[in-house]
Amino acid sequence: MEIAHTDNTSLLRRLSPGDWLFALVLAGAAAFALRQYGGFMDIYDKAILALVVPGLAAIGWAWKPFRPFLAASAALALASISLYGGDLARAEQTFFLKYLISSQTAIMWMSALFFIATGAFWLGLVARSDFAEKTGSALTWCAVTMGTTGLLVRWYESYLIGTDVGHIPLSNLYEVFVLFSLITGLLYLYYEGHYATRRMGAFVLLVISAAVAFLLWYTFSREAQEIQPLIPALQSYWMKVHVPANFIGYGAFALAAAIGAADLLVRKGILASRLPPAEVLDDVMYKAIAIGFAFFTIATILGALWAAEAWGTYWQWDPKETWAFIVWLNYAAWLHIRLTKGLRGPMLAWWAVVGLLVTAFAFVGVNMFLSGLHSYGSL
Amino acid sequence: MRHRSTSRAIYELLSSMRFAISLLTVLGIASIIGTVLKQNEPYNNYLNQFGPFWFPIFEKLGLYAVYNSVWFLVILDFLVLSTGTCIARQTRPMLKDMRGFREHAKENSLSQFQHHARVLSTRPTGQARDAALAYLGKAGFKVRINAREDGVLLAAKQGSWTRIGYFLAHASIVLICFGGLLDGNLPLKLQMALGGKTTTSGNQLIADIKPESRLGLDNWSFRGNVFIPEGKSANVAVLNVQDGILLQDLPFSVSLRKFHLEHYDSGMPKRFASDIVITDTATGKSVEKTIEVNKPFEFDGIMMYQASFEDGGSRLRLIAHDLRPGSATAPFATGGAVGDSVKVPAPGFDYTLELGSFRPFNIENMAKDEQAETGLAANLEKHLGSGARSPTKKDMRNVGPSVQYKLRDSAGQAREYQNYMQPIEQDGAWYLLAGMRDSPSAPFRFMRIPVDADGKPDSFFAIRSILLDKSRHAEIASRFTATALGKDASEAIRGRMQETTRKTLELFAIGGFDSVGKFIESTIPEAERNKAADIFIKILEGSAWEASKLARASAGQPAVELDQKHGRLLRDTLNATSDSQHYGAPLYFQLAGFDEVRATVLQVTRSPGKPIVYFGSLLLVLGVFAMLYIRERRLFVLIKDSGDALIALSANRKSMDVEEAFRRHRDALATLLNPPAQP
Repeated sequence: MEIAHTDNTSLLRRLSPGDWLFALVLAGAAAFALRQYGGFMDIYDKAILALVVPGLAAIGWAWKPFRPFLAASAALALASISLYGGDLARAEQTFFLKYLISSQTAIMWMSALFFIATGAFWLGLVARSDFAEKTGSALTWCAVTMGTTGLLVRWYESYLIGTDVGHIPLSNLYEVFVLFSLITGLLYLYYEGHYATRRMGAFVLLVISAAVAFLLWYTFSREAQEIQPLIPALQSYWMKVHVPANFIGYGAFALAAAIGAADLLVRKGILASRLPPAEVLDDVMYKAIAIGFAFFTIATILGALWAAEAWGTYWQWDPKETWAFIVWLNYAAWLHIRLTKGLRGPMLAWWAVVGLLVTAFAFVGVNMFLSGLHSYGSL
Repeated sequence: MRHRSTSRAIYELLSSMRFAISLLTVLGIASIIGTVLKQNEPYNNYLNQFGPFWFPIFEKLGLYAVYNSVWFLVILDFLVLSTGTCIARQTRPMLKDMRGFREHAKENSLSQFQHHARVLSTRPTGQARDAALAYLGKAGFKVRINAREDGVLLAAKQGSWTRIGYFLAHASIVLICFGGLLDGNLPLKLQMALGGKTTTSGNQLIADIKPESRLGLDNWSFRGNVFIPEGKSANVAVLNVQDGILLQDLPFSVSLRKFHLEHYDSGMPKRFASDIVITDTATGKSVEKTIEVNKPFEFDGIMMYQASFEDGGSRLRLIAHDLRPGSATAPFATGGAVGDSVKVPAPGFDYTLELGSFRPFNIENMAKDEQAETGLAANLEKHLGSGARSPTKKDMRNVGPSVQYKLRDSAGQAREYQNYMQPIEQDGAWYLLAGMRDSPSAPFRFMRIPVDADGKPDSFFAIRSILLDKSRHAEIASRFTATALGKDASEAIRGRMQETTRKTLELFAIGGFDSVGKFIESTIPEAERNKAADIFIKILEGSAWEASKLARASAGQPAVELDQKHGRLLRDTLNATSDSQHYGAPLYFQLAGFDEVRATVLQVTRSPGKPIVYFGSLLLVLGVFAMLYIRERRLFVLIKDSGDALIALSANRKSMDVEEAFRRHRDALATLLNPPAQP
């Protein structure tokens, strides 16, 4: 098992002209966005846009395949925007919009691609087919690209409904489920590259497929896909930072649970010859929970800062807040046991799997069963 | 001695990982309780929910405000204690560890490391040392050199900051808990316990509230609500504590100029904003400001937030229509402000009108349900395209203002009513909707009062009052008989017809269609009931037509044709008249006009813990990242004069990266110490 080479020399010294070009293109894109849409932003929105540039640059520098993904998503979104030309009705008239890159269609493509990718990964696992796994991987890349395009276009479409309606599509359960699928997909693709193995795909994609299945049910049976304007409490730049940070956390925890399940099987000797060794799975599980915990901590704090502005208090034990706290405690305990006690083995894997139940309850269950201030997507 | 060891044991337990993990688990489980049971509801709700036996037990357990209960705070305190002792216990060894290089490590112990390798060093010791030193420096290590008898040991380390991360993350927990405690209701509880403050009931005038229920300007931590109607001002906040209230004096007064309430086309709220003027009591200086959701404002250390809004006592003008059969009271005007209780201002009505709420507009979806397209392809197609497309047909329309009131009789019994001001179109005709319900939990049942072409319900009331007036039944019966039978009918038939009509009207006047239906059921064989019902309906419709003609004549209005439209009005009038028998009130209050007055509710807080919590949060983030992402590594390179070298690596955590890092450093150093021969 090879871990992709990491160097100790300082990051800046390792950067190639290509890296700098990437950063430059990002800065250019931000400047373009500012020129084109700056009128709809307040000073905080602009600051967030400015901070996104180094953020994406850092990801692109550390993880090269992220760049073509970003470029493709941006190109597709821009193509869609130019096809729209400011007229929502074109979504019904233009072939490419209707069947490829309008937001709903792109999200449907994302859903289909995730399903097919899951099938390909399982075929690869069962038939020991390298080709099938490569296909699964490529399809996952396509899926996250379509999903990202879908969200970007949805953002644009919301402004076409009315400038007072327009907002970043992170405001309800439907939109964040798309975000969850994408982020989990991207995290998986990162670890796939980092550990140079596609064998974990079958398990991670199962979790994503479950999320996509929910998304489709939510679309077809509850008609949840229609863009809704924002209630006053949600009209804030905080949404742009709080929600993504939260979903990096949720996505990473979901990934850790999928890997935990694989880890348990391997330890029982099931699929052991087809999956990566338990040692690798254990390492991925730890990395995912570490990054998830770090971002979940940030997200919860950002949420508290926002709550202080919107509801007048940074913490009031609203069910969503309390469940976020419970999720945080859960993974804090997990990390303590692993890092301080040095514990390894099936117990932590079980814990990671059960952790997903706690996380899922905080994510969806609270909206379904409990009521509170934070119910932006009821079922 | 024994005492010492006991306290030592307690200290060790408190600072142990076992204890910390158990605490995190207990805290997690305890937190769940408050999410399952709705917190801080009025006590009556809990009493209804749990009954008189469980209610006081749960109250004692603090389940209605779990997060402020003593036992929950005790668990939190233990968390602080556990974290605190853990920090205290770890500080010295950690600092020592951070500073030290362990340059005196023995060869023997280095060779016990999990990651170690022996390599050849073919270069002179000095050269080899310098080469290794340069490599380590470049790789980001700090190095300490220890020359020893048999060679030299380079003790290198990196990533010691991860230990600082530990302090930051754990100290932040203590800070956050402490700050949170200052902002919670503990300060208030202390004032109530030590300062002799007691809560009082909310149903009294502010001026009547006694000093022991008022908190002074020196109170440094509170959270309360200020209610201000448009054009009025307030200088006290109301704090809801358990099942009572406390008043908090403010060092300023806030007056509300205007409250802005904006909606999207769909009726969803879009903007709540209060234009306020704040006047400092001490200096008399004023500041004008608009407070919105997500845009709070701080004045004199007190934060003000847009919390909600209410009616501020809108003036309503109502027209009361007498519904009593046979009564001749003409419609009369009444009214009052929302929140008022008004005696009905007409003789013979011993009723109180309680004006509950007023809505200046109601946005409803008036679209008709349509047949959904079936088939998978069609269904998929429906969900493609833009996210802006509405999956269901919508026709959002403002159906105008509505008022909700209770009418209480002299016995204290009340029913609740909800009336719309403007006619609303339903099934092609226009109606005034008048809703009624017996209990607050039931939905409103609506009586549909048909209106004339000018939108007024006059025809309905006129026809209704004739139809229900016993003294006019004979007159209507004879007119109806004349119209229905023509001139040729025999006197006997005419008489029977008149009698049947009179009887029908009498039944209808008692309980509407219900009474007629019951009469049919009790007197007519089952096989003939449908036919009989048709006849009764025809009689009633014909009578309504006669009543309509009489009403128009007495009002001096020209006669009308019995066309389809008027026929519809007559049928609707009959339906509404029948429904009005079950309306449960002698009066229908039509909303005729209003002057809306809104009130804002601002939340005002003084939270001294906030900066502490925010600072703690910053430390927490820094600490978590430092702990998880700064990797501590120690690399030992022992170069012996004998041409032998030992490379050993240790890390504070086991992970796959350690293995990989060791391999990389070992290979690089091996090449440096034993360079391949130049070709």
